[in-house]
Amino acid sequence: MSAELTIGFLPLVDACLSILAREHGFAEDEGLSLRLVKDVSWATVLDRLLYGHSDAAHMVAPLALATTLGRGRPAQPLSVPFVLGLNGNALTIRPDLAARISELGQLGDPVKVGAALKLVAAERLAAGKPIRIGVVHRYSSHNYMLRYWLAGCGIQPDRDVEIATIAPPFCADALEAGEVDAICVGEPWNSVAVERGVGQIVLVTAQIWRRGVEKVLALREPVLDQRRGHVEALIRAMRRAGAHFVDPENWDANAAILARPEYLDGNPDVIRRAISDRLLLSRGGEVVHFPDFMFQHREATNFPWVSQAEWLYTQMVRWDGMEFDTEDARKAARVFRPDVYRSALLGTGDDLPGASSKVEGSLAQPMAVSTQQGAITMTQNSFFDGRTFDPLDMQGYLARLP
Amino acid sequence: MRIAIVDESATRAAVIHEGIAALDDCEIFVVTQRTGLVARIGEIAPDIVLMDLGNPSRDMLEEYFAVSRAVARPIAMFVDESDEESIAASVEAGVSAYVVDGLSAHRIRPLLDLAVRRFNAFARLQSDLDEANGKLADRDAIDKAKRILMDSRGMPEHEAYGEMRRTAMRQNRRIADIAEAIITAHQLLGGQKMEMPR
Repeated sequence: MSAELTIGFLPLVDACLSILAREHGFAEDEGLSLRLVKDVSWATVLDRLLYGHSDAAHMVAPLALATTLGRGRPAQPLSVPFVLGLNGNALTIRPDLAARISELGQLGDPVKVGAALKLVAAERLAAGKPIRIGVVHRYSSHNYMLRYWLAGCGIQPDRDVEIATIAPPFCADALEAGEVDAICVGEPWNSVAVERGVGQIVLVTAQIWRRGVEKVLALREPVLDQRRGHVEALIRAMRRAGAHFVDPENWDANAAILARPEYLDGNPDVIRRAISDRLLLSRGGEVVHFPDFMFQHREATNFPWVSQAEWLYTQMVRWDGMEFDTEDARKAARVFRPDVYRSALLGTGDDLPGASSKVEGSLAQPMAVSTQQGAITMTQNSFFDGRTFDPLDMQGYLARLP
Repeated sequence: MRIAIVDESATRAAVIHEGIAALDDCEIFVVTQRTGLVARIGEIAPDIVLMDLGNPSRDMLEEYFAVSRAVARPIAMFVDESDEESIAASVEAGVSAYVVDGLSAHRIRPLLDLAVRRFNAFARLQSDLDEANGKLADRDAIDKAKRILMDSRGMPEHEAYGEMRRTAMRQNRRIADIAEAIITAHQLLGGQKMEMPR
């Protein structure tokens, strides 16, 4: 008799690991039966998690921290034993505006695109019609990556440009209706806008931070404690799903599974492009390959680095206008649970880093890192502006940011 | 008290509206359009927003509340932490409520309870309707299958029905399923003489 785990998700390509763990029988091999519940807003995914309709959820990483810290609602401690992936988002802009800030047919240079956008943003602000950019949630990696980039290019979010929330499935509609000038969203929703001719992809978030933490597997802390064995089994199943997901042999089959009505309900060709790190930037153009567009498995991607949670906390302080609070920083850091990840995979031969925290953005060259088991070579993980984040000096980091 | 009901199902919104209209001292606004929702909520300036849990605009609305109002306490369906039970009931029923600052718990609670009851009533109504529709479709299929048997095997009506019933019992299936199988087979065979499905 297998144990049932219910997992909430939004129809996005990076919901893939639990879907594939179920479809390919990896979960079953671990004695788990996965029930997957699809919703269309993060608020609903979170409500189901907090009220026990689901045991775990596919979630934008900052929302797990915000919920733990009681931002916007009473605090409920969440735990993240597994990172579902890095990056996979893009900035898609109305074609007329894109023509002014980037070259057709290729991804822009984030510094140059930012400089060009700064001029347009100033014009639009002076005309009383500020540029408006949609992100998928206030507490999303999209919001933080976008703001990091804008501020780094001298564009002050909320003053020089407006940032609004739009659920992923409605991003293309909002672009088309002129409600926003740009969207920052995960796949397949950029491509949907491109295919409809209402947007052009100018940047991917991996260009802003090459290894930016994106979606996580979140559980209520007490549920993690009660179901620790099942969660560890799920982690093993999802590591196998990840290996399957990144193998080119399986791209067609996995795209077809993800495209099914009960999952993404989308076009398998578009989904296959995202899986293979390829994007059609504009309608009728060429497909462009950007390695590491989505990062689901290699280099121990799924390991929940405490420093990732701490970086997210600094951005929450920055954009929510909060005071840095040592106690909150500690609580935020504790949301990420490398200890659970380790105990799930110890003895499996899978790669386990030796440390639980790292200086983010410090690698310009590949580097072999010390491990507890396996062998890991980390590759480039830089921020577009060359800054590094040292978790031992969060306040100094915040003070130096523009 | 100004109440906004946001629901893309106009029928359900009407059911909720009708229930809440019985309360004294309430002004009710119904919004069923997704486009322009946030602006509309801004105009209405409600004290409370009732919304179906799975509504796609929830993230957008939460963002609007977070940005547009300097609130002392969280705006969300979480009135206060002592209300866990009624909140759990509302999540169960599929209703989320956003309470805008300054409304006391004792005024919210009965409203929320009422909304939950109406949501549940609507869900029951819906499932009754689905079932009734299902029964109609079943009867249709059974009649059609009976006619096929009568025509192709020269059976009188009661015998055709009896044959389907016996087959259903033997195979532990519903009569309607047997009827569907007969219709499908008949279509595939282009109207030839029929055997019972085995």
